Amino acid sequence: MNIFSELKKSLIVALWFVFLTFPIMVIRVNTIEKIIEWRWRNMLIIAIGSFLVSLLWRYLLTRKQTQTDSQLEKRPLSQLIFEEPKVYKPILVLIGLFVVIFPFIFSSYQINIMTTALMYVMLGLGLNIVVGLAGLLDLGYVAFYAVGAYTYALINHHFGLGFWTILPVGALLAAFFGILLGFPVLRLRGDYLAIVTLGFGEIIRLILENWNEFSFGPSGIAHISRPGFMGINLNLNESIIYLYYLMIFFCLITIFVINRLQNSRIGRAWIALREDEVACQAMGIDKTKTKLTAFALGATWAGMVGVIFAAKTTFVNPASFTFLESAMILSIVVLGGMGSIVGVFIAAMILILTPEYLRAFSNYRMLLFGAVMVLMMVFRPQGIVPNVRRFYRFRRVTSNPGNLYDKSS
Amino acid sequence: MEYFLELLLGGLTRGSIYALIALGYTMVYGIIELINFAHGEIYMIGAFTALIIASVLTFHGFTGFSVLILASVVAVIYSAAYGYTVEKIAYKPLRQAPRLSPLISAIGMSIFLQNYVLIAQTSDFLPFPNLIPELPFLEEYSHIMGPAQLLIVITTAVVTIILTLFIKFTKTGKAMRATAQDRNMAMLMGVNVNKIISNTFIIGSALAAIGGVLIASHIGRINFYIGFIAGIKAFTAAVLGGIGSIPGAVLGGLVLGWTESFATGYVSSDYEDVFAFLLLVLILIFRPAGLLGRSAIQKV
Repeated sequence: MNIFSELKKSLIVALWFVFLTFPIMVIRVNTIEKIIEWRWRNMLIIAIGSFLVSLLWRYLLTRKQTQTDSQLEKRPLSQLIFEEPKVYKPILVLIGLFVVIFPFIFSSYQINIMTTALMYVMLGLGLNIVVGLAGLLDLGYVAFYAVGAYTYALINHHFGLGFWTILPVGALLAAFFGILLGFPVLRLRGDYLAIVTLGFGEIIRLILENWNEFSFGPSGIAHISRPGFMGINLNLNESIIYLYYLMIFFCLITIFVINRLQNSRIGRAWIALREDEVACQAMGIDKTKTKLTAFALGATWAGMVGVIFAAKTTFVNPASFTFLESAMILSIVVLGGMGSIVGVFIAAMILILTPEYLRAFSNYRMLLFGAVMVLMMVFRPQGIVPNVRRFYRFRRVTSNPGNLYDKSS
Repeated sequence: MEYFLELLLGGLTRGSIYALIALGYTMVYGIIELINFAHGEIYMIGAFTALIIASVLTFHGFTGFSVLILASVVAVIYSAAYGYTVEKIAYKPLRQAPRLSPLISAIGMSIFLQNYVLIAQTSDFLPFPNLIPELPFLEEYSHIMGPAQLLIVITTAVVTIILTLFIKFTKTGKAMRATAQDRNMAMLMGVNVNKIISNTFIIGSALAAIGGVLIASHIGRINFYIGFIAGIKAFTAAVLGGIGSIPGAVLGGLVLGWTESFATGYVSSDYEDVFAFLLLVLILIFRPAGLLGRSAIQKV
């Protein structure tokens, strides 16, 4: 590789970006006092930054291109870890221990953040069914989340029913909405589906915002009861800890269910559908039913988390259910690796916890989300922890005929 | 009757803007079958660039229609540059990837650009200097049709005609149509497909910038978020008219504009955006090919 030509290319890119970002990064007009602010320092940052990024960018692209052939043989590290019981069992025990003692080491603020992160894990896992397994890009996922939250908020407000009663109701109602949306849009191709679900999500939010008699409009509903614990009244601190353990419990259930679903008949039908719709139909899979179950099941998780969300914050308003929320859940799935449970878990922790602890960067949070989505698609479409594909490996039996049923694969 | 006319003309103005943005969507979709989510952001960047240039000039004492023209030219150049760059970064490396990948990358790009403007500029609404001259012959109709509205309608008409002629008669236009029909075949016929795709993005982004400048000078204030809703609505317009078809985009834009205008005028103004989304959902369910589009048969 010729270093000089590479440097020259990067220099051109840097100059291009200096030109491109000039009006927006350098000039800022104060329209009230009619002052123009020239921020030349930004120009320098852009120049140096884009120069370095462009070098890295091209290096990574060439590496990606040369690696594709050799990588097919190599199995990812994550897969090796999960296949070796000696390695993953101690890790699981350590994580388990940490999870159990977590509320006793950290303050209630930290526990609250962790609970939120766990909620996003659940949301990510739910969306993972729809996007990761079935390959249907759902951009209005937050609508089902809103359905769950408002179900609990409204019923609790009007009839005073408790958390445990509403949880299944919220989940079922969200599933019902999932089917309601899924039914008409199933004929659509991937990208149209994305737009319709986006439109649906926005419709739900706008209705919640404008139909004052029903949803109390933008001011939302306050004083929603927290979840009860066998009739015992918990104080604020105890209920935070209680919610944390509750979330752990729900997450475990979710992971269990989705893990079982993945390898079930319906799970494989989803994956087949994602890979090739026509071939999948030719194999005798009912396309409509399969897609509808994906939609309904995905929505069920969102509805459940919605109920939990309402119970946790004790306040809901439409501002919590914007498109950006959907985009955030989607970026969790994309970052983690579509279809991968561990990946979603790690991605949710990174995306939710990092901005909380790096307050200085909180302004750049959404900027980074966007950049991460683009970069992941370009350089690592399979995500942080790629989903392990089920496959059978045959070993050539050479000398020992007694070892014909060699199980180590 | 007066009210009806007001809504009709209001819908026409609104629809013209949607049409200008929808043209970019439809051209890009026609060629690489990608919903360019970042297109709405390109429109917003166009409006912002124009605002910055126009503000700088007006603070220095320049004013009048020529400032608007100059600001528009700069905005068009910048938006085209952004469109070109976005394509190179977010879509070109994904030409061979599965369909969902470029779509997700487009959403990421859209979020990125929104927040880039938010951080670099401001989250507040900024006022756009009033540079459109008063037209004396319009004065008695001023309550139904202002000079800005007239400008929007005329510009859209002119731009659409030029674009149609361009696509029909120039060599680049011919190459674009060939690429849209069959990319591999066009490549074999000696069309530089990558260049054609870049050109499509440049033209689409330039049109979006014109729309952005017009709407900014009509409404009078903008912020970083205007691109999102406008983008979705313009996409609705493109789908409504039949995605991939240029007259379809214009027709779809106008139909959407009138739907919104009449629905808010006669039904309720609270649900303005709901009507647009509802129209989108209904169209996709009952006539996914759109008003002027032909439904493609999938061959295996």
